[in-house]
Amino acid sequence: MIQDSGMLRHSLQRLLGLVPTLLMLITVAFFLIRVAPGGPFDSEKALPPEIEANLNAKYHLDEPLVQQYFRYLGQIAVLDFGPSFQYKDWTVNELIAQGFPVSLTIGLLAMALAFVLGTMLGVTAALRQNTGADYSLMGFAMLGISIPNFVVAPLLILLLAVYAGWLPAGGWDWGIASMVLPVVTLSLPVTAYIARLTRGSMIEVLHSNFIRTARAKGLPESTIIRRHALRPALLPVISFMGPATAGMISGSVVIERIFSIPGLGSYFVQGALNRDYTLVMGVVIFYGVLIILLNFIVDLIYAWLDPKIRYDEKH
Amino acid sequence: MTKSTDKPVLDPFEAALGVSDLKGRSPWEDAWHRLLKNRAAVYSAFIMAFMILIVLFGPMLISWESDFTDWDYTSAPPSVQSGHWFGTDAIGRDILVRTLEGGRISLLVGLVATIVSLLIGVSYGATAGYFGGAADRIMMRVVDIIYALPFMFFVILLMVVFGRNIVLIFVAIGAINWLDMARIVRGQTLSLKNMEFIEAARACGVGDWAIIRRHIIPNLLGVVIVYVTLTIPQVILIESFLSFLGLGVQEPMSSWGALVSDGAQDMESAPWTLMVPAVFLTVTLYCFNYIGDGLRDALDPKDRQ
Repeated sequence: MIQDSGMLRHSLQRLLGLVPTLLMLITVAFFLIRVAPGGPFDSEKALPPEIEANLNAKYHLDEPLVQQYFRYLGQIAVLDFGPSFQYKDWTVNELIAQGFPVSLTIGLLAMALAFVLGTMLGVTAALRQNTGADYSLMGFAMLGISIPNFVVAPLLILLLAVYAGWLPAGGWDWGIASMVLPVVTLSLPVTAYIARLTRGSMIEVLHSNFIRTARAKGLPESTIIRRHALRPALLPVISFMGPATAGMISGSVVIERIFSIPGLGSYFVQGALNRDYTLVMGVVIFYGVLIILLNFIVDLIYAWLDPKIRYDEKH
Repeated sequence: MTKSTDKPVLDPFEAALGVSDLKGRSPWEDAWHRLLKNRAAVYSAFIMAFMILIVLFGPMLISWESDFTDWDYTSAPPSVQSGHWFGTDAIGRDILVRTLEGGRISLLVGLVATIVSLLIGVSYGATAGYFGGAADRIMMRVVDIIYALPFMFFVILLMVVFGRNIVLIFVAIGAINWLDMARIVRGQTLSLKNMEFIEAARACGVGDWAIIRRHIIPNLLGVVIVYVTLTIPQVILIESFLSFLGLGVQEPMSSWGALVSDGAQDMESAPWTLMVPAVFLTVTLYCFNYIGDGLRDALDPKDRQ
């Protein structure tokens, strides 16, 4: 598909389309946090005016807003998010480098679990459409969508950590035991959603003509599912992966807080409460770019999986 | 919509054979019949109606005030004898009353924020779809751009920037949640506007805005109803999420999210403080999702399996 010039043009067009989104993201985040009452150096005790003036000068907070904005844009262009206001001696880049690997690990594991488990459950339900197994699977899936993360997490802690004592109730030491509860909690709603999506599209695909042809050829059912039905049935799941990642990232804010995990989400909430301008903006922009890029990749995968899109571009 | 429910469903063959006493059924009546056949949706609707009733009137029937601290029973387990049927929290407040009153806030946020997103989304989407061309392209480009922003982070930012204010919660959530609605409505409008009855209206000299108001929007109703029932639980969830992080409604006001958050603090010594609001919240979300699903199956026949 690489030699396909339509595909290449499609990718380039989409990539260019990301620029206004990025600008909008940075601009809104910048001005929103600057109109907030209260500043980063507010504390119980008022600072002497000279010190405050010095601090403001050091961080360029005394310049006109527009000038600060363009200074910040210039910094972002070279991927420098500046120093953190609250964590002295730390740059935002360092904080992100510290917190992101943790969040990424949880997110990737949860996503993998959700994808594998969700599609398996969805296909299982679709093959047993309108039986008791189907109904109970879908009932559980609906429960998984409805029950919020922050309800599941305390319940699991209570059952598996406090009462049973099998797993740690929180904390993070890069060990498997400390990962189980956060990952399972985070993946639950996405698993449920993917199961529902897969079931729906699988049923639709199984009714289509090319599956009837495959059956007429006398292929065994398992081959039909694996070779013919699965790929088109996964299309809606693939396009859901973009929003799902965004949801996981915001979900991880809660998860990290409940399980006291030192990920990027906890830095974000802490930074927002402390008015750590540079940290908050850094995290919002970092995650924004991440989501935008992921959506872009999902788009490409989708175009690769679904020939119709490629041909529509050409003609 | 309900008037013919007592009538037996007529066999289409009878109709073909020209049996008299036939009355046409509107698409709405068809949808109603399909909805009634969906047991999960019907049960959910009953449970939801019950939930709304007890949330509205329950606190009046219970003798405890939600801010009354009963020092004889702090962190008391559920019991009939003490009069605290669902127990009390760490400072002796009755869990049931607090949960019911928190439910008022949660449901209110769900309703109001959904209405905000409904108003913005429907007018925006219908306008873009109806006028088409450059206006449509620009308007939908704006939606695409906003759509790509990390939405939850902006809600958190908004709450931090403007302080924790209940009106702001409505507006912030509603103002961000209208994007899906705008997209769906635009798509429907695009397909509607080329139909004959719109052309007929235009031929009669009806103005653009009157066509949007009188012909386009009423025909969008089905899609919009489905989407609204699916938006309400989303909004309730977002509000609880914010309250759980300590960024939502403030004491003495409470919501299910805030109560779950409180309960999670004391869950080892008093698990009921977590369970009661958690069950109320989950049941509500569960029912709304089932009702929305049922409505979608009923109102959108082409999606049915």
